[in-house]
Amino acid sequence: MTHAYPTKVLYIDMTKKSYRSVERPELFAQYLGGTGAAIKLLEEHCPAGIDPYAPEAPLIFSVGPLTGLFPLASKTVAMFKSPLTGNLGESHAGGRAAQAIRMAGYGAIVITGASELPVYVAIHGATVHFRDATSIWGMKSLFTAGSIIRGGEPGAGVRSIIRIGRGGENKVAFGSATTETYRHFGRLGMGAVMGSKKIKAFVISGERSIPVEDKKKYRDLYDQIFKAAVESPVMKKYHDLGTAGNVMTMQKLKAMPTRNLQSGSFEHAEAISGESLASKYLGRRLACAHCPVGCIHIAAVREPYENEPYFYKTTMVGYDWELIYALGSMLGIGDPDGMFLLIDEVEKVGVDSMSAGVCLAWATEAQEKGVITEKETMELKLAWGDWKTYIKAMEHLVNQPNDFYKALAKGSAHAASVYGGADYALAFGGNEMPGYPTGPASYLGFLLGTRHSHLDNAGYSLDQNAIKSGKAMTPPQIVDELMKEEFWRQILTSLCVCLFARGIYTPEVVRESLAVAGYTFTDAEILALGRSIYRDKYAFKLKHGFSFDTIAKPGRIFEAVAPTGPFDRTFIDEGLAHAKKKIGELIAE
Amino acid sequence: MKLKVIDAQRCVGCQLCMFACSRRSGIGGLSNSCIGVKSAGGMSKGFTVIVCRSCKNPPCARACPVDALEVRPEGGVRLKAERCIGCGACRNACILKAVFWNNETQKPLICVQCGICAKYCPHGVLELRKDTGKEEVRS
Repeated sequence: MTHAYPTKVLYIDMTKKSYRSVERPELFAQYLGGTGAAIKLLEEHCPAGIDPYAPEAPLIFSVGPLTGLFPLASKTVAMFKSPLTGNLGESHAGGRAAQAIRMAGYGAIVITGASELPVYVAIHGATVHFRDATSIWGMKSLFTAGSIIRGGEPGAGVRSIIRIGRGGENKVAFGSATTETYRHFGRLGMGAVMGSKKIKAFVISGERSIPVEDKKKYRDLYDQIFKAAVESPVMKKYHDLGTAGNVMTMQKLKAMPTRNLQSGSFEHAEAISGESLASKYLGRRLACAHCPVGCIHIAAVREPYENEPYFYKTTMVGYDWELIYALGSMLGIGDPDGMFLLIDEVEKVGVDSMSAGVCLAWATEAQEKGVITEKETMELKLAWGDWKTYIKAMEHLVNQPNDFYKALAKGSAHAASVYGGADYALAFGGNEMPGYPTGPASYLGFLLGTRHSHLDNAGYSLDQNAIKSGKAMTPPQIVDELMKEEFWRQILTSLCVCLFARGIYTPEVVRESLAVAGYTFTDAEILALGRSIYRDKYAFKLKHGFSFDTIAKPGRIFEAVAPTGPFDRTFIDEGLAHAKKKIGELIAE
Repeated sequence: MKLKVIDAQRCVGCQLCMFACSRRSGIGGLSNSCIGVKSAGGMSKGFTVIVCRSCKNPPCARACPVDALEVRPEGGVRLKAERCIGCGACRNACILKAVFWNNETQKPLICVQCGICAKYCPHGVLELRKDTGKEEVRS
């Protein structure tokens, strides 16, 4: 039988500037692709104790068997050792990267070694070029670097350009990589890993066919998924307001992360709400390749030039819930123009927006409390809502002109370990919090998720169910549910399906689509695979220093008023102890 | 019937049209697409949607040295694949860049105005319209 899953892994050695492509069908036959294939490749190339910036440390991209075949399977999974958490770095990006990698002929790419001079790597089908990037290294904006690369490379329309800014170049531990201007490998520092290898960008393109055995079944299932996607009210929500629609939902829940989580409601929420931004700023919507939804919202921000009347600069700034929370309410910024200009700064330098916002929020509170002074901030007086000063602080954070900014560039937890204020450094396992402070399930989710991301296990939805039903769950019940959800999500992310489409890719659709791609998995086998990928990820984390016993729980989360009602340290510790036992058993299996 | 780009401003760049066109023959991927969606100089500037205008006097057919492109009475061309030598002259002759190329077969991809792309466009960018017989002003 013809199978439609990828088989090739491209290995690139940045030190030798060499590459080879290896047929590894078993990798994709057994582990699908995405998360499943990437963790296996990471195990092969990333030994315990390795420095995340060591030349030998690998950077892995992986796509799925449904990429290029069915809609919504548009994510690329990246794995690396995270310079921010010191253990598993896993980041997913949309855009056109997944399609480009698959269409170039690969299921995964493994990059090791480091270049002496800055280069960008152009992968066009079977050929890899190493191009000099010294003249675009250190450029103020990564957008400019992107447009220069765009002008000189083939593959317009079917290529992806994954680039870093100064954040990645200067090894900010949460330096990100941007693809197609508005999508990111945002979290956990993939951009810094690229920077350590002196890789300014990847350009990837290709156009191939993916033959399928049963054409009729393929067409029918395609139409079923397409129809579900365009008719789904959930997907319409993502298209209309996008995740920015969460602002008013979170505000009503009293879970709007405000001024470093000192409050759960923000007096300017309305001004930065999805509804308000859409009516006043929305200029364009974009979609990832092969996704009918178009959830990417772009604001047209008009800035007057101060000394020239009737002369304006218009900047197109992407926004969503995470950006609004981290660079808006968390910093007390209620002026949408100011918030957009800060977002634009964060985009230009190329760092993770959530980590950046939470680091600045910690620094603001630390300065208020006298833990740091203007000596540390280099004369800046950080103050809630003062976006102009935050833009200056971002420049310092990226350029790291003194010890304080050097420490802050390693993350809020690290900076707090040097200067104090750990109780209000809102990082979990070293990763700054996402914007879902709904209650204990959400926090247990951040602490236990393999990526410390809300998307690992959706703890916030357990909290929301508890709020609605009035029935509180016990810590072990929460942990069991979180683990179960995360098992299943390993399958979705191994298929590289966008998690927004998790309601469309039901277990039945997953089984059917895998059958079209040439797999013979049963439902039970699919579930077992999800469990085993989760186990492998945890085994990696534990090998690289993750500990249930020492993971920090910032005191602020116990003081903040959670919509679920109060909970204490014992509650969270009980959950962690249960997880330690369960995950220990899983690994021993 | 003729394919028309009715509003490129509505395009979100999802490329479902390209995948639909490529899927006509029941295969996945992008090797077979006769329609192109490209950013208009970066994603922030929106998209250009490239479709065949089915010219009445098609330059692609005039450029073909082996008469592999047959001019249709209603405009546009049909590819006689068995005659095609894959020289690429048709592609070079089309200033719209609407003659696409299959790198696997090394032959041109010619739009047959079937409208499958429009059927899968979720955002109202494309439409298959009845041919008026006139040389229309089109975007």
